[in-house]
Amino acid sequence: MAGVLKTGPAGNGAPAGTGRAELVRLVLLRAGGSAAVLWGAVTATFVLLRVMPGNTADVLMARSTTASAETRAQLIADYRLDESVGAQYLAYLGKTARGDFGDSYVLRRPVTEVLATQLPHTLLLVAATLVVTVAGAVVLAVLSARAGRVARSVFAGVESLLVAVPPFWLGLVLLTLFSFTLPIFPAVGSSSLSGLVLPTLTLAAGPLALVSGVLREGMLRALHEPFVLTARTRGISETAVHVRHVLRHALLPATSLLGWIGGSLLGGAVIIEIVFSRPGVGRLLLTSVQNKDLPVVIAVVLLSALVFVVFTIIVDVITWLVDPRTREAA
Amino acid sequence: MIRAIRPGLWPAVVLLVVLAAMAAVPGLFTGADPDAADLNATFAPPGPDHWLGTDENGRDLWARIVHGARPSLLIGGGAVAVALLGGAVVGVTAAQLGGLADQALSRSLEVLLSVPWLLLVFLVVAVMGPGTFPAMVGLALVSLPGFARVVRAEVLRLRAAPFVEAARGFGWSRLQVTVRHVVPNALGPVLALATVTLGATIVAGSSLSFVGLGPQPPTAEWGAMLAASRRTLSVAWWPAAFPGVALTLAVLAITAVGQELQRRADGRHL
Repeated sequence: MAGVLKTGPAGNGAPAGTGRAELVRLVLLRAGGSAAVLWGAVTATFVLLRVMPGNTADVLMARSTTASAETRAQLIADYRLDESVGAQYLAYLGKTARGDFGDSYVLRRPVTEVLATQLPHTLLLVAATLVVTVAGAVVLAVLSARAGRVARSVFAGVESLLVAVPPFWLGLVLLTLFSFTLPIFPAVGSSSLSGLVLPTLTLAAGPLALVSGVLREGMLRALHEPFVLTARTRGISETAVHVRHVLRHALLPATSLLGWIGGSLLGGAVIIEIVFSRPGVGRLLLTSVQNKDLPVVIAVVLLSALVFVVFTIIVDVITWLVDPRTREAA
Repeated sequence: MIRAIRPGLWPAVVLLVVLAAMAAVPGLFTGADPDAADLNATFAPPGPDHWLGTDENGRDLWARIVHGARPSLLIGGGAVAVALLGGAVVGVTAAQLGGLADQALSRSLEVLLSVPWLLLVFLVVAVMGPGTFPAMVGLALVSLPGFARVVRAEVLRLRAAPFVEAARGFGWSRLQVTVRHVVPNALGPVLALATVTLGATIVAGSSLSFVGLGPQPPTAEWGAMLAASRRTLSVAWWPAAFPGVALTLAVLAITAVGQELQRRADGRHL
C-alpha cells in the first residue's frame, strides 16, 4: 500500500542508475543512425560535385581571369583532380569531417571563413524564433483550451490562416503595417534588436500556430483522461491540473513536431532574411546559387543536415524525459 | 459525389474551381492585357477602372493576378505530379524487393528528409541553373520521400489484407491483383497526401520566384509580383497585398480539401 502511494503520477519509479544507462544507450543508438544519414548526405554532395557539367578545373578556369596552363595545373593539384575517384572521395570525406568545406569558387576564400561571418545573424534569428514559438504556443494553447467553444473555434480559424499564409508575404504585410504605415519598427537592413522583432514574428507565426493547435488538441483529449479526474479529486487548483497534468500529457506530439520545425527553420530564415534585407546566410546563399558556387551551398546544406539530426536526437531525449511510457519501448 | 461534400467545405471547393478556371481560361475573367503598361496610370489605387489598382508600370493588378494563376499553380502542380510518380516507383520498389534494398531506399529517403526544403531546392538550382524547370525538379525532390513512404506502407498493408489474399487464392496473377485491388485501395491516402502537399508546394514555388529563382519578370507570377512590390512598399500597399491574398486563398482552399480527403482516407482504415 505504502509503495503504491510512493509511486508518483509521473511514474519516476525506475532506479536512477538504470535510467541513465538507458538514456545513454538511446543517444548512442540515435547518434549511429544520424551518422549514417550524414554520411549519405556527404556522399550525395560529392556525387553532385562530380556530375557538375564539365570538369571542376574547367568550371574554375571559366571563372578565372588569369587562365593559363600553370593555373590549370595548380588547380588540378589543389583539388586532387588527377587522382582516382576513390582517393578524391576519401579526401573529401576527411576534409568534410574536419569541417573543411573547401574554397568558394567565386569569393576565392575558405567557405568556413565566409560562413562564419554570416552564420551568427541567422542563428540569432532562428533561436529567437524558437523561443517565441515555444513560449507563444504554450501560452496560446493553455488559454484557448480553457476558453469556451466559440473562442476556441476563433483560435483554430486564426491558426489555420497563419499556417496557410506564405511567410514571405506575411513579412511584406508586417513591413507595410508596422514600418511604413505606422513607423514602429525599422524598415529594412537593420541589425539592431528592434529590427529583429518583425522577422522573428514572421518566421514564428506558422510554427507557432501549428504547435499551439496540436497542443490544444492534446490538452482537450487529456482533459477526459481518468488521471485528470484523479488529480481534481486530490483538490488541486484547475490551473495546476492544466499545467502539471494536462499540458504535460499534450507536450509529447508537440515536441516531435518541434524537432521537425527546428530543422526547417534554417531554410525559412533564408527567405525571411531576404524579405527584410537582413545580414545572414540568406543573401550569401542566394548569390552562391545564382553563381553556381557549389561549395558554399553544399556547406550550408550539410550544416543544416547536422543541425537537423542533432535536433532529432534532442527531441528523442526530451520525449524520453517527458514520457515514462516511451522508456520501455526505446 | 456532390452530395458527399460537407456544407463547410463548399467555399473551398468553389474557390478551387474558380482558380482552375483562371489557370485554364484567364480570358473568362478579364479582358485586360496583364503586360500592357500604362505610364499615365502608375500606382492607381483600387477603383472602378482598375478593381485592384495598378503596379509601378501601370499594369492592371486584377489582370495580372488572373493571368498569374497558371504559372503560380503550375510549378507546384508539376512538382507534386513528378514527386507522386517518383515516390510511387520508389515506394513500390522498396515494398516489393524488401530486405537490404528496402533498407537502402528508406535510408536514402532519410538523407533527403534531413535537409530543409529550401536548401535542397537551392542545391538543385545551383547545379542546374536558375529557372522554372530546375525549381520544379527541386520541389519534386522535396516531397518525393513523403509519397514513397506512404506508397510503401500502403503496398505492405494491402499485400497482407484478406481480400488481396482471397484474390490471389482465386488464382489471379500478381499483376491483376495489383491493378484491381492494390492500386485502387492505395489511391485514397496517396491522393489526400498529394492535395495537402500541393498547397505547401505552391507556396514554396512562389517563395522561389520571390527570391528570383523561378519564372522571371515580366511573367505575371504571384511570387514574382510580390518581389517587385517590395521595392515600392513605401509608395503603394496594393501591389504587395493582392497577389498574397490570392496565394493565401489558393493554399487555404487546397489544404481544406486535402484535409477532408485525408480524414476520409483515415476513416476507411479504421
